[in-house]
Formats: sequence, C-alpha cells, structure tokens
Amino acid sequence: MNKLIIQNLSLQYSDGTESLRDISLNIPSNAITVLFGPAGGGKSSLLRCLNRLNDLTEVRVVSGKVLLEGENILDPNTDVIALRRKVGMVFARPVVLPLTIRGNLTYGLELAGEQRKSRLDEAVERSLKLAALWDEVKERLGEPGIALSGGQQQRLCLARVLANQPEVILLDEPTSGLDPLSTAKVEEALQVLKQDYTIVLVPHSVQQAARTADYAAFFLQGELVEWAEGKEIFTNPQNKRTEDYVEGRFG
Amino acid sequence: MKSSMHINQNLSQRLGFSLLSLVMLITVIPILAVIVYIILQGAPAISWEFLSGFPRDGMRQGGILPAIVGTFYLTLGTAIFSVPLGIAAAIYLAEYARENVVTRLIRIAIINLAGIPSVVYGLFGLGLFVFFLKFGTSLLAASLTLSIMTLPVIISAAEEALRAVPQAFRTVSISLGGTRWQTIRRIVLPQALPGIITGVILGLERAAGETAPILFTGAAFFLPRLPNSPFDATMALPYHLFVISTQVPEMPFQIQYGTALVLIAFVLGMNLIATVIRSRARAKRQW
Amino acid sequence: MDKSLDWREYVITRAIKASGYSAILFVGLIFIFLLREGLPALADVPPGDLLSTRWYPIENYFGILPLLSGSLVVTLGAALIAMPLGLGSAIFIAEIAPRWLREILKPLVELLGGLPSVVLGFLGILVLSPNLRTLLDLPTGLTALAGSLLLAAIAIPTIVSIAEDALDSVPQSYREGALAVGATRWQTIWRVTLPAARSGVLTAIMLGIGRALGETMAVMMVTGNAPVIATRWNSLFMPARTMTATIAAEMGEVANASTHYHVLFFIGLVLFLISLAVNVAASSVVFRQKKRAERILS
Repeated sequence: MNKLIIQNLSLQYSDGTESLRDISLNIPSNAITVLFGPAGGGKSSLLRCLNRLNDLTEVRVVSGKVLLEGENILDPNTDVIALRRKVGMVFARPVVLPLTIRGNLTYGLELAGEQRKSRLDEAVERSLKLAALWDEVKERLGEPGIALSGGQQQRLCLARVLANQPEVILLDEPTSGLDPLSTAKVEEALQVLKQDYTIVLVPHSVQQAARTADYAAFFLQGELVEWAEGKEIFTNPQNKRTEDYVEGRFG
Repeated sequence: MKSSMHINQNLSQRLGFSLLSLVMLITVIPILAVIVYIILQGAPAISWEFLSGFPRDGMRQGGILPAIVGTFYLTLGTAIFSVPLGIAAAIYLAEYARENVVTRLIRIAIINLAGIPSVVYGLFGLGLFVFFLKFGTSLLAASLTLSIMTLPVIISAAEEALRAVPQAFRTVSISLGGTRWQTIRRIVLPQALPGIITGVILGLERAAGETAPILFTGAAFFLPRLPNSPFDATMALPYHLFVISTQVPEMPFQIQYGTALVLIAFVLGMNLIATVIRSRARAKRQW
Repeated sequence: MDKSLDWREYVITRAIKASGYSAILFVGLIFIFLLREGLPALADVPPGDLLSTRWYPIENYFGILPLLSGSLVVTLGAALIAMPLGLGSAIFIAEIAPRWLREILKPLVELLGGLPSVVLGFLGILVLSPNLRTLLDLPTGLTALAGSLLLAAIAIPTIVSIAEDALDSVPQSYREGALAVGATRWQTIWRVTLPAARSGVLTAIMLGIGRALGETMAVMMVTGNAPVIATRWNSLFMPARTMTATIAAEMGEVANASTHYHVLFFIGLVLFLISLAVNVAASSVVFRQKKRAERILS
C-alpha cells in the first residue's frame, strides 16, 4: 500500500531556479524508501515538502500534489501542525534542543498539550527503546541532551520524533556526521522501525542506500531518473545514468 | 637605500603607535580620574543618615532618601512599560517580520528614537502625558516618557539576542509540531534571556541617569515625603544633583559629591550586574 | 490541535505584531506633538523675528539664531576634540592593543557612556571650569569650551564603540593580504583597514556628533547660558547657550500655551528634524554598505 503519493511535483527556489522538475513517485508504507543521488539533486527539498518544512525555507511549490493517505498535504488549508506530528523529520546534524534528555523527548507531546506524567514517562521509555538508546541513557534522563555523544545525540533526535508517534519518518542524511559503529546502530534501528512506520531516507552514500533500501529513487539535477525496488535498482538499473552513478563512475 | 626606507617605515610605525597609545591614555585617564575622584570626595558623605534621611535646611543638610526612592520608582515604572513592549517588538523583528519596506521603516524609526535628544523626549512627554492625557507632572508621566526613550535600546539588544539563537532550534521545534509562538516561548526566549536581560538593564541604566526627560514631566525640586501614588511628582537622583549643584547657593560640597557618588553607584551597579549576567550566560551556553 | 491554544496563539501573535510597529507609532506621535505645540510659534512670532539675533523672551524677543549658533559652536568644538580621540582610541583598541588590554579598554570606554551627563556637568562646574578659567585667564570658566569638552566626553564612547565594531568586522584576510606584500602594520591600518571600514567609521562620527548636539544637562550646566551669536574665532572661550539648554532651562517657567511655550516647542521641532536627518543619513550609509556586501556575496 502506498502511504505517500507524489504527483507531478515541481519545486522552485525563491530566486526562480528550479529545484525539482515534475516528480511522480509512490512511497509504500512499512518500508524504507531511499532517495539518492549526487548533491543538489533536490532530494532534501523533496523531503522537506513532505512535512511542509519547506514553508520555512526558500523552496516554493510550483505545481503538483503530495497525497498522504489520499489528502493533498500541499493544500493551503492543510493543518500543518497535525501534519508535522504525523510526518516526523530527523536532520543531518543532530540538533539537540537546549533541554534535558527527557525534555527533548517530551517536547513534541508537551507542545500538543500532553501534561500527564505517566503518559510522558511511557513515551520516553518507548521511544528510547525503539531508537536503541534506552540502556545507555535511562539513568541520566535529567542531564542536558548536549552531554551525549554525537551518535547518541542522533539517536536521541530519532527517539524524539518517535515520541510523537508519527506515521512517516523522514531522515535527511542522518548518519553523515557519525562514526561507522553509530551509523550501524541507526541503520539497525531503522530496520526494526520499518515494520511499523513508513520511512523515507536520504542516505549519505550509495553504499548506505544499497544497504538500507527496500525501494529506491535516483535523483539527478532536479530530475527523478528512475525508481524501483532497492534490489532492482542496485543490481540491474534500467537507466544508464543510474548505472554510472551506482557503479561509482561519477558522484 | 632599501634598508633606510625600511628603517623609516619602522620609525613611522613606532611613532604612530606611540601617538595612538597617547590618545588612548588621554581618553581613558579622565574616565578613571572622574570615578576615583567622585568616590574619594563623596565617600565621607555616605552614612546611614544620608541614605535614609530626608533633606533638611534647604537641602543643605540631612539625607537624600526621597531622591533615591524616586529614582528607584522611575526605573521600575520605566521597566513596567518598556520591557514588555520592547521585547515584543524585538520578537516581531527577529521572528516574524519579513524584509520589506515596512520592516525597513520600523528599523529607521528605531534608529531615530535612539537619536532623538533627551530634552525633546521631555517636551513630548509634557505635551502628551502631562497635558493631553492629563497625568500631570507625575511619576506616571515621567516613567512613560523614559520608557519611550529606553525602548530602542531594549528592542535592539533583545533582537540581537534572539537572532543569536541558532536557527536549527527553530526548525527542529517546528518540525516536531510546534507553532511559531510555542517555539519562541519554549526554546528561543529562554536561550535569548540572558542577552535580553543585559540589554534591558543597560537601557534602564540610561533611564535612571537621565534628567532632561523628567525635568518637566515628573521631577520635583523638593518633596518632604515619598511619592505615594503614580500621580505624585517625585524627586530623583540626577535631577537632585542638578538642583543642588546649580540652584542652591552655598551648598556643602560633601553633600553634592555624596549625591553624585550614590547616583553613579546606582548606575554603574546596574552596569556591573548586566556585565556579570552576560559573562555567566556565555560560560553556560550550550551552543 | 486544541482550540484554546489556537486562539491564544492568535492573540499573542497579534500583540507581538502590534508591538513591532510601536517604534513607528512613537516617532509619529513625537513628531505630531512637536508640530501641534511648536507650529503655533510661527503664528505668534513673525518668521523674520524668529530668525533674528536677539533671544530675550521676557521682552518678547524670540530670535533663535543665537541658540543655533551656540549649539553649532559647542558641537563643533566637541567634534574637533572627540573625533581624533574617539577614532584614535577605536584604532588602538581594534588594531594595536593585545586581547587582554582590549577586554579592559572597551568596557572602560563604554562605562564613560554610562555616566549620567548630569554628573559630568556637576564636575564641569566644580572642577573643569574653575581650572579652565585660571589656565586660560578668562573672566569666567563657564564657556562654550567647557561645554565642548564635556560633550566630547559624551560623544567619545559612541564613536569608539561603533568605529571599533566597524574596524573589527573588516575581514582578517584584508590585513593579511597587505602584510604579505610587505606593508607595515601602520601602513595596513591607514591604507587597508580604515578605508575598508570607512562607512562604519563615518556612521560612528555622525552618531557621536548627533549625541553631542542633543545633549542637554551637561551643556546647560557649564556653558554660562548667554544667548550671543558667535562672530569671532574666540567665541569658544566665551559663554554660549545651546538650543537644548534653552528648552531645559526655560520650559519649567513658561505659562502653558504662551508664545514662549510654543517657541520652545518649535526649537524642539528643529532639534527633532536635525536628529532625524543625522540618523537617516547615518543609517542609509549602513544600508548602502550592507547592500554592497549583499551584491558581493550573491
């Protein structure tokens, strides 16, 4: 089943240059969809569109639709607050809010008006376990989030999104600043999470794309070159440009 | 040839640097001299009676309590009006405003408010608050006048403090389903607070030391009691110092210097608090 | 999303936006009230009389030229003192002083900016003017010069603070480039750093002079307050009276809505317009510089 359906989407930077040209793509639920390709291909812009974070930036929707369970989220009347709870985002650099570890995790729920301590406690434990961080931090929830190591911080950011109980998780090169061990932990966590969530990942390398993708879409200079099942695209790409990129002939 | 040019260059550099050092000394020494001199001359006047008593004998004896309390009230009154308004305006500029003509106009207005002579604020306060709104010569009118004068200082400092908070915090907060105001209240404001407080204190410090804006809006030459309503006129330290150094013949030097010392202690004390808050916050900052 | 949160957000956002415009509102209000109370002066006093050389309100002489001249002389004197000292200090702090010394000097100069002007005026009366009188052998020490010296003290912190910021924001690579081709640090300061920071330095000077022009208490206390037109070079050593001091000294004693009252507001209006001009000019220098930077970056 497709969780998100992107139809003929074109994006533009505020200075008028094109960011994405006429993209159509389906994103299946309970799977990891990887958006990959060289830098500047428009992957991040697309990702930000999926929970309307592009509202804050210089990227503007020119035409097209993004359907989340049939509803066009690009519609001006969309409740963006509700959308962003449903579609969470993990950024490239771990941005820990200047709060305690617990404060970071309960932040989203408190914004929604949740005040019951039992609910918050439950969310903290559940999300930390899902992000494979619980054992490392359960004794130090009151410490500032910034006290964690880089890899822990990124898993905290993932847990923070999970605490909101989203349906879709967007990850924008979430492991680009992490060491291999921390990267492996994040990737492992994603493999578990996909059973319950729809995951859209912009990987930081082709290798990561190949390792994690259930489905993959290759972007080049604002164009969606091809998309297919992960196995398919990395072993038997249909398009010459995809093949060149996957085999490392450019990048 | 080449080496003599080199020597010349070195010589002119040494001369130039010496000249600038001299200029620096000429600037700095009077500052220190003024402060040390006032402390030395004023310290003998400071006593419990001086700080807690009322002026007697045509202000030539006794204490300056009403002036101290008056300046305290004026500063407080200024804070009540200017702090919320100034911070809100700063939030608007840092978090909501787009760069357009209106925003440009607001910035020009702020720069102009900061540049208007203090005595013109006095005239404005007289026209608007004392006469038009019929507050009379009062604490209220004087505080409002000082508030408007302080506003640009608070807005500029608070805006700078808000802008210093990393953009990524805002993006993350919004991405977690925060509204703009929730983001400001829970993340941005707390992080900017030390900077805002520093700016507020520096603005209020200026208000506390000002005389011209309160001359015709609220300052009283002499009051035998403390003001007990916002509609009372009030004595104030800077105005009192002006009065006893120009309007009262045969004023004892000691009381004059004592008053000057209390005034600069009040003002520089606020300055010191601001500096301490700023440096502490810098040391504690997580970004 | 919970409805109560929605409306609270709406109200707060509205309040914040309204506050944002408050600065415009207040500048407008100040202008309106100065016009309202100041323009009747033009009806009461013929413009020719207003521009005459005699200020003697008790006998209905309202010539503001002596006051303009007083402000001009005192401010000019202050500028001549404050510009070299302020700029020199700014260069010293930004370019020559080691870091630890800079950390001491900058707050110290800013401390001077925090001193209430009435304290400076007080010392001007008790210490400065008696010394000036004996030193220069004048009939009185309460002169334009005394006012200029105090105003310089008031303008210097503004000049130092803004000029130092401007110098400090010149990219280090400019200096390194000049030093790499063999310039001395002294030559680098004059040929590279100062020219690169010139618009900020200009702003500093303008705003410093603007502050001096608007300063009231210190000048009122030490200039002797004689409304005479400066005609000769030695006017600096004679008493003078500025526009600001006139308002401060006389507004307390005039009858509400009298001619004198309106004329004092008219002087206030003139001061307001001067400061408006100075500040718009100073800020447009800054804007132009910013635009240039934007063009370079894009």
